[in-house]
Amino acid sequence: MVTNTGPEATEPMLDVRGLTIRYGGSVALCDVTLEVKANEIFGIIGPANAGKTSFLRALNRMSDFVQGMEVKGSVRLAGRDIASVRNVYALRRSIGVVFPLPVGLPLSIYDNVALAPRMRGVKARAQLDEIVERCLRRAALWDEVKDRLRNLGSLLSGGQQQRLTIARALSQDPELLLLDEFSIAIDPVTTMRIEEVLKELRHEMTIVLVTNLVQQARRLADRTAFFLGSRCIEVANTEELFTGTVKDQRTRDYVEGRYG
Amino acid sequence: MSAPASSFRATDRELASLGRQRLVRSFLLFMTAMLVLPVLGILAVLIWQGGPGLSLEFFLDDPKKNMTAGGIFPALVGTVWLTAVALLLAFPLGVAAAIYLSEYAKDSLLTRTINVAIVNLAGVPSIVHALFGVGAFVHFMQFGQSILAASCTLAVMTLPVIIVAARESLQAVPQPFREACWSLGATRWQTIWRVVLPNSGSGILTGVILCISRAVGETAPIMFTGAVLYVPFTPEGVLDQTMALSLHLYNISTAVSNVPPGLPFSVALTLIGVVLLMNATAIAFRMRLRGRKKW
Repeated sequence: MVTNTGPEATEPMLDVRGLTIRYGGSVALCDVTLEVKANEIFGIIGPANAGKTSFLRALNRMSDFVQGMEVKGSVRLAGRDIASVRNVYALRRSIGVVFPLPVGLPLSIYDNVALAPRMRGVKARAQLDEIVERCLRRAALWDEVKDRLRNLGSLLSGGQQQRLTIARALSQDPELLLLDEFSIAIDPVTTMRIEEVLKELRHEMTIVLVTNLVQQARRLADRTAFFLGSRCIEVANTEELFTGTVKDQRTRDYVEGRYG
Repeated sequence: MSAPASSFRATDRELASLGRQRLVRSFLLFMTAMLVLPVLGILAVLIWQGGPGLSLEFFLDDPKKNMTAGGIFPALVGTVWLTAVALLLAFPLGVAAAIYLSEYAKDSLLTRTINVAIVNLAGVPSIVHALFGVGAFVHFMQFGQSILAASCTLAVMTLPVIIVAARESLQAVPQPFREACWSLGATRWQTIWRVVLPNSGSGILTGVILCISRAVGETAPIMFTGAVLYVPFTPEGVLDQTMALSLHLYNISTAVSNVPPGLPFSVALTLIGVVLLMNATAIAFRMRLRGRKKW
């Protein structure tokens, strides 16, 4: 948690410099430099194939496990260069990820949330119960599933599964929460509920929100980056982006729905 | 583009495709029946000819009078021994190899070569495996002619089937499950153990079923490596020689004279019974596992 004062308080939560990502020969992201401040919601908008998802995947070093994914440049998370972190598993535990399509693992609802705590060694039943309830409550799912925690998580509806995914991501108490187009497969009402959840969570963690819904970025993000064609075109305060005071014509066109 | 209800009448083109659809359906049904018929025929003949010979004594007696009478107990027990030991060897080895190939190995020329080699290995004739078994297990490893040598040979023969089936079912587990698990800070092994394996169990067991069926029925790989014409006792350990149903059937059908006509059919029926019984066990396991596979 980065709420302490001192020199680190001014340090950005995420400091990305010259990040370039290649898959085999093709460039997915080219020379991106940006900063994400602690406890802000940082939006990333842009059309498909702009490199948004690859950006997120580089942050938790998924490239270690994905063949053919090459990452250059530096990413500093709370002051640490992630490339120099020996224990990539501990790094990933400090970063929660929510995917575009809900991924309810084919385990029970309880086990879905208890998976990460169990893997880091929490065994006591009472402690696991407490974590599961707390995370499900924070993800606004507890009331709907509290009577059937033994049921399969993968059989929940799409919107419920997505909240389950969020609960699972929260079970590690992450410093950074990455959301990749989380609302793509769920209904507007559930989307609004999750957005409310995110507004609460920002007090405890930093959130990077990739979205293809421009208005969602406007509702949630403090600052927003516009990605296009593997590049970060610009980063601006969200309000500036929508009130037309941005410098780049392409950003203005995209935000106003004139292409993409 | 909405048309009035009166135009629900089919056009000539639609009538033609409806006719074609019926034709294709009947053809496919016919082909399926053609597949099922021989199986039913074989079963009918076996039951009709061999059924009367079956009795508790037949299962529990030793062969008598130069194998023209008596029972098949040593062969029955021998077949179970051979298959069980072969499975004990091939299952862990095969699943381990499949996990490595599916979850750890990078897609390189070497991996692709290994994959092609495994598929081709499944097509090697069993007599070739038999000769390999004689050289490798009977002589080089000095197991002698024994259950161990024969089972090793059977294991080598069935390994590719297990590996391919297990690898396919591991790869059928959606990649997002793995990435979701990795992003929680799981190691590859934690991901495999907690998410991938529990959801590929039924496919792996399918491989085991195929493997059992093949191992129980094979004659060539065991006749040089550990199965013998006649021993009046059941094996007590893996270094004993043994009789086996498949070889016994081969012998009384070809090598032994004055065999009553019903006897080979009874043995064959028993052989099929053993296969079905072993398969049923694996299928029962598989159904329990499949109950969990939902996404």
